[in-house]
Amino acid sequence: MTLDVAWAIGWVRLSAQTVTEHRQELIELDRQIGDGDHGENLFRGFSAVIAKLDALPAEPADIGEVLKLVATTLMSTVGGAAGPLYGTAYLRAAKATGVAQLDSQGVVALLEAALEGIVARGKATTGEKTMVDAWTPATEAAVAAADGGASPAEVLVAAADAARVGAEATIPLVATKGRASYLGERSAGHLDPGARSTELILRAAAQAAA
Amino acid sequence: MTREVAPVALVLVSHSRGLALGAVELAAQMAPGVLLIAAGGMQDGGLGTSYDTVEEAVVEATQDGRSAVVLTDLGSAVLTAESVLDLLDEDMAARVRIADAPFVEGAVAAAVTAHGGADLAAVLASAVHAGSTFGSADGEPTVAAASDDGVLRATAVLRNPLGLHARPAAVVARMLAAYDAKVRVNGANAASVLELMKLGAKQGVELQIETEGPQAAEARDALVAAVEGGFGEV
Repeated sequence: MTLDVAWAIGWVRLSAQTVTEHRQELIELDRQIGDGDHGENLFRGFSAVIAKLDALPAEPADIGEVLKLVATTLMSTVGGAAGPLYGTAYLRAAKATGVAQLDSQGVVALLEAALEGIVARGKATTGEKTMVDAWTPATEAAVAAADGGASPAEVLVAAADAARVGAEATIPLVATKGRASYLGERSAGHLDPGARSTELILRAAAQAAA
Repeated sequence: MTREVAPVALVLVSHSRGLALGAVELAAQMAPGVLLIAAGGMQDGGLGTSYDTVEEAVVEATQDGRSAVVLTDLGSAVLTAESVLDLLDEDMAARVRIADAPFVEGAVAAAVTAHGGADLAAVLASAVHAGSTFGSADGEPTVAAASDDGVLRATAVLRNPLGLHARPAAVVARMLAAYDAKVRVNGANAASVLELMKLGAKQGVELQIETEGPQAAEARDALVAAVEGGFGEV
């Protein structure tokens, strides 16, 4: 079983849906330790992505083309740090997936490229209470699942599950990167909004493959 | 004073349109010959940084072979600026640097340096050092060269009622950019408008001027004349 361009489009639509449903939750999380715009920014960004997707004259040729559209639209419309971070993630992922079909190792390559993009752009590492704390275990779980013979859909479920655990694990952390780092010790005790949105987006990827 | 546009432009990227415009206004007052472009806020006027706005600003800044230094306020402004440079034409991106500098102080310092016709590296350095200029307020003062060889000295009494405030400090820094000389005023680097302002020199103070380098004498004489002339304000 492999994933195709229809999966990529489904992923994008489900991402927009979940970001819309969790808009207020992300706003609240970000209000506690940041500037309170994460939910609104992602909602605006993914709404713009859907508008562009709907306006396309023809269906994108491959997965990479879909991801590139997401990347450039998020960069232009999100406004907060999530724009360039997710934008770079999707852009790197697009470069790794200029193909019609993704097998399990292809899914791993997509996630690894996205994580590399986020790390390159944000210069964050694990333990700093950022989206890297969700992306890193997600990618590691995907590698393990793919190496163990899991299907692409199973690889994505493993990634989403690990992202959830990683996101929850940001709660006790003190932020040392991003806007929350201005709060220092006061950032402990709160779930990082970027890690939470990562979890939502990876869950959408798994649902699109189900 | 040159009327041409300086070879290095500045792009000021802020989450707020008002903040970017204000920083441009402040820097322009001291460096009218520099192209300063505000890239603040989202395209709908809200808070945030817009990839498209920053890209347009960088493209405009680098027209006609100019280089550009980009100053940013909070974290995501840096990320947006870096993303723009990543996707820009390589030869254009090669002429752009993002300064790790305080937004307002860096913009003012970089603009004054750029106004003197300085190159990209010098303008960038000026922005970056703007942070330590303020940060070292309690640190040790700049020590004059230990050796007397080649150091010229002069004194001049400050006549301006408001002392060595922003405008005359910028005049000094700009004027000295034209000379191949290192100049210190009361131990402060006279090429740095921020160091000069930090002296807090009031009217009636005797400024100790020290100059070094191939044009030390010319720089000293020009500075003495400017101080005694009250920078055209008196």
